[in-house]
Amino acid sequence: MKAKTGAARPAGPARSAGVNHRDAALDAGLRKSLWRGMLRIRMVEEEIARRYPEQEMRCPVHLSIGQEGVAVGVCSALEQRDYAMSAHRAHAHYLAKGGDLKAMIAEMYGRRTGCAGGKGGSMHLVDPAANMLGAVPIVGGSIPIAVGAAFASWMKNEDRVTAVFLGDGATEEGVFAESLNFAALKGLPVLFICENNLYSVYSPLSVRQAAGRDRTAIARAHGLEAREADGNDVEAVYRLSREAAERARAGKGPSYLEFSTYRWLEHCGPSYDNHMGYRSEEEFAAWRAQCPVLRQQTILERDGLLAAEEPAALKRALAAEIEEAFAFAKSSPYPAPAELMTDLYADGAGN
Amino acid sequence: MAREIKFAEAVLEATDQCLAEDPSVYLMGLGVPDPKGVFGTTLGLQEKHGPRRVMDMPTSENAMTGVAVGSAIAGMRPIMVHQRVDFFLLAFDQIINHASKWHYMSAGKTRVPMVVRLIIGRGWGQGPQHSQSLESVFAHFPGLKVLMPATPGDAKGLLVAAVRDDNPVVFLEHRWLHGVFGPVPEEPYAVPIGKARIARPGTDVTLVAAGYMTLESLQAARMLEEDGVSAEVVDLRTLRPLDAGAVLASAEKTGRLVAVDNGWRSFGFGAEIVALAAEKLFGALKAAPARVSPPDVPIPSTWGLSNHYYPTAAHIADAALGMMGKKPRHRAARRADLDKPQDTPNKAFTGPF
Ligand SMILES: Cc1ncc(C[n+]2csc(CCOP(=O)(O)OP(=O)(O)O)c2C)c(N)n1
Ligand SMILES: [Mg+2]
Repeated sequence: MKAKTGAARPAGPARSAGVNHRDAALDAGLRKSLWRGMLRIRMVEEEIARRYPEQEMRCPVHLSIGQEGVAVGVCSALEQRDYAMSAHRAHAHYLAKGGDLKAMIAEMYGRRTGCAGGKGGSMHLVDPAANMLGAVPIVGGSIPIAVGAAFASWMKNEDRVTAVFLGDGATEEGVFAESLNFAALKGLPVLFICENNLYSVYSPLSVRQAAGRDRTAIARAHGLEAREADGNDVEAVYRLSREAAERARAGKGPSYLEFSTYRWLEHCGPSYDNHMGYRSEEEFAAWRAQCPVLRQQTILERDGLLAAEEPAALKRALAAEIEEAFAFAKSSPYPAPAELMTDLYADGAGN
Repeated sequence: MAREIKFAEAVLEATDQCLAEDPSVYLMGLGVPDPKGVFGTTLGLQEKHGPRRVMDMPTSENAMTGVAVGSAIAGMRPIMVHQRVDFFLLAFDQIINHASKWHYMSAGKTRVPMVVRLIIGRGWGQGPQHSQSLESVFAHFPGLKVLMPATPGDAKGLLVAAVRDDNPVVFLEHRWLHGVFGPVPEEPYAVPIGKARIARPGTDVTLVAAGYMTLESLQAARMLEEDGVSAEVVDLRTLRPLDAGAVLASAEKTGRLVAVDNGWRSFGFGAEIVALAAEKLFGALKAAPARVSPPDVPIPSTWGLSNHYYPTAAHIADAALGMMGKKPRHRAARRADLDKPQDTPNKAFTGPF
């Protein structure tokens, strides 16, 4: 753990003033669904990685294998009506928020049945039906937009929370601080979820942020509630997120939650890239040993919540679902050439 | 015969030599020292020139551009690079509000010698926010110089000229040019800013382009040869300050002008070239000048649509044929290509980035 510049707080899952969520037992069904959600995302992304070399998914893909704990822990703490937004590494967030799997795979295959009609590709996932408002690959771009969505809920007095996923790199953009300020100023119901995976592309934190730059202290200084926890501990992620969402719902304002985690594969693309030398094999191995999916499975087994045949059965069911999604995508048509010119203006106006 | 190297290697060599010749030059950008070295254009430079002068930076485009501006005012010569033009839109405040006007606003008492290298993405589904071609936008602003080389030789010479220039210079590199080979002298040399080049002489029609579109225009000229049409290709190399003399001289000679734009049609540099001809050569033209450009929509990710977005040599050749009163035929002949991905310049180029 890095040195703290803000108020001293215990590392890992933090406690709220009221309910002590650390000790409150989570419902067994929920604990299992956390594992199922992560395994599903893991298997979807593994299949993307496996098929990517076929060169039919012709768009950049930023996989979050190794980081599933954050997406699932946070989105499980949200309600269906709550909004989520993300950035370039969005597959897990989209799926965890309930985005349509078939439409996501079709988007990667550039088909008209894709969630963005093929116009966006993997970096532009959107599913309004799941209140996944969008994801964009301009780093930091969606942070104020999510604050704006929360601002709308606030203006309309809606019971709705917005979660925005961002990387450690995004906390270097000026708009991050500006967004924290406005969210705190108005007490908006927004959760800033930072997935600190230590890298921005191949650049480690050490060449981008001053040693000891404590992002939670930055958020706290802006007046937000700020916590951090192990992002590969899905139950810890869930607890903090639930608490933050409850605070937001109660009109107590925004939170900044930072979760440490690690991307296993290359920044963009389907391969392992440790051979490139920008990070060490030891570092990778240490994080890999903290696989969020396996950790949760082990805990469930320890607590007697998983029958022996359950993991294999779930994997079979998920594989069938995933197979179906890929088949759907690959059998879908490409957009018609005329669709190049559609969707430009909301009123259907031409140029 | 001069040595042939790739465009990306020419950029690397120019940067290396500029760092060596002037201690006030420094280089920064996200990923500059990483193992991929910005598509190979910055590889080995940190090892050679040290981490003070060749550095990675925070994901803070606007602030870091301001840092470049301030350091330039105070005597440094920064080179900043971004892997995509699109990311630099975050820095419009610094480059437009401040850098482009600083010299003017101080009545010439201060200057901002800096270079921003920006890469135009294309292909492999880069989509709406990773493949914009914004040269016309930059060229709109007085006070900026905007360079867009098409060949390795010009990439090196113009980058050297840009670094030595005392003004803010935007240097645009099309991603599909990085792998192209061409003759490049080994010693440092400057190609003059603001001077177009006749990439191919001809007599019947003038094709005006810059950057990657110069290659498509040269290909169009070869196609037009089969039609008995002699096309002259003017490679602008610099958008601002525009070499209007070169454009006008060529168009006056041929009497026909096609402006080939890599960016959006409306309010773009193609429009500027056509306006120039309309104003200055109204009586001398044998046909109305034309623009070839992508349509005015964001760039879709799927190749199913991007195939129909990008203009190609066939579009250019057909525009010229129409102007000659001949039947356009090249697009129709290549219609089958549109059923396959046209999202890579060659087999060696694949995704994901
Ligand atoms: C404004 C902007 N600058 C730079 C980039 C290039 N880029 C794409 S992803 C990325 C990494 C950002 O790191 P982080 O926010 O930590 O997300 P991670 O990739 O680690 O999930 C960068 C710098 C970009 N897309 N947008
Ligand atoms: Mg990161």
